[in-house]
Amino acid sequence: MFLRTAWLVLRKDFAIEARSWEVLTTTLFFATACVLVFAFAFVREGRAVEDAAAGILWIAIAFSGTLALGRTFERERYGETLRALLLAPAPRPALYVGKLLGMLALLGTAELFLVPMVAFLFQAALFSRPLLLAALLAGGTLGFCAVGTLFAAMLVRARSRDVLLPILLYPITIPVIIAGVRGTAALLAATPDEAAATMWIGILAAFDVVFVTLALWTFEPLMTE
Amino acid sequence: MGFRRMKASRIFRSAVVAIFLALLAAPAALAVQTAPPGQSEYVPIKDLPPTDQMPAAPLLIAAYAFVWVAVLVYLWTIWRRLGKVEAEMRELAQKTSRR
Amino acid sequence: MRKAFAPLVVVVAALFVSAPYFIAQAPYESTMGLIQKIMYFHVPSWIGMYTAILVCGIASAIYLFQNNTAADRYAVSAAELAVLFGLMGLVTGPLWGRKAWGVWWEWDVRLTSALLLELVFVGYLLVRKYGGPGSEKLAAATALFGFAVAPFVYKSVDIWRTVHPKTSVVPTLPRVMAGPLALTALAFVLLFLVLLTLRVRLAERQAVLDELYLADED
Repeated sequence: MFLRTAWLVLRKDFAIEARSWEVLTTTLFFATACVLVFAFAFVREGRAVEDAAAGILWIAIAFSGTLALGRTFERERYGETLRALLLAPAPRPALYVGKLLGMLALLGTAELFLVPMVAFLFQAALFSRPLLLAALLAGGTLGFCAVGTLFAAMLVRARSRDVLLPILLYPITIPVIIAGVRGTAALLAATPDEAAATMWIGILAAFDVVFVTLALWTFEPLMTE
Repeated sequence: MGFRRMKASRIFRSAVVAIFLALLAAPAALAVQTAPPGQSEYVPIKDLPPTDQMPAAPLLIAAYAFVWVAVLVYLWTIWRRLGKVEAEMRELAQKTSRR
Repeated sequence: MRKAFAPLVVVVAALFVSAPYFIAQAPYESTMGLIQKIMYFHVPSWIGMYTAILVCGIASAIYLFQNNTAADRYAVSAAELAVLFGLMGLVTGPLWGRKAWGVWWEWDVRLTSALLLELVFVGYLLVRKYGGPGSEKLAAATALFGFAVAPFVYKSVDIWRTVHPKTSVVPTLPRVMAGPLALTALAFVLLFLVLLTLRVRLAERQAVLDELYLADED
């Protein structure tokens, strides 16, 4: 029942998104704009600073992720579908998991474009250890989306939700972003530091466990009036 | 309602007096602190490299002063908010009694 | 709790008045000299903040899962105090660091995560103020996440090499320094209790006022 509900929610979100691809394309363009803005900010003698690649990648993920979260749940609010979901006789945590999987898919797709773009623009050897990089991205994205989905869902009915989401989200997820940046930077070093990257992956995993558990635990009381 | 306000006012005033006394005590305490020369266990500051010769006393005083000021400001904000709530309650009581 | 309040204020005032004497009596630390005496206010500020976070987290959980409005009043009071004590810690720290390390601020794990923890509870207060109806629950969830991150902030200095002293420093202080530190730590925790009581009282009065307004509308 739980997994089935989550799967149904995910399929519903995918079906709605597939009609226009609105959120995905706008998120992608925003992420690109982010990368360009930061690249220009860190230009020295006509070339972008190479060491900035790890930071810029993760900042682009964080900013475009926040935007995507806001847009996705704005859609829910507009259609009042969230209330309909909550009225359904489905376990609430399953709704959360379904929404989380949808956000992961969205942000993951954005990262599929972002990573090669950053690697190209900064001559960053991001693909030297693809598995470790994938683990870092997965861990960081999961941590970010776990907290973000919860906060975006609970802010749907709040005032000033657009500005409150970053205010609440960033202080809690910045440790996740930092872990992602440090891990990626370790991989981008002259000789990729696999031990350091593995350590940061471990830290990301710990954060993910804590955040997902906390989110599952608090989702139900938060969404009930 | 009024009694509680008097009690809060007394507490507030005694807290201010206590803090004032402590502020008076602090410079006296600091004056006592000039280290006696020729201590064998501790390195006197003048033996440290000259780059570290920034005077510490202003920083120390600023730190302690900030803590005091922060607590006082916070107490004042509670005091002010409590006053507003009490005023609104009196206003409301007057309005209902006039009806 | 009410009856203990006045004696508590007296005790706190006495502790704070006597603190400068004991701090002056404590010996200089060999490498840092006078500036190290900020420790007697810096460490207790953070002890106060962690205490506030503990109270806020527990109260938020009780409010969230049992709809206990009294718990919510304790949560918002503790959150305000967490911001206050955290601010004291974040100001006394750099003042100490300017002399001891030569820089006002460094982006090492402890300082960065401590700043973020402070921002989480500032966010709590912002949500309550600007979030509109139902914002108490959102804030409670934020407090829970802050509560979950707090142990990491404390332990971060032991896991990574940072410019900030490790947690092992405090338990191994010599008795002449540990004494005044224990005194000021007690003073700050009791001060937290005093301020919490006052703030909760304010919240209770506000709740009574809201009830009166609601009754008035009927």
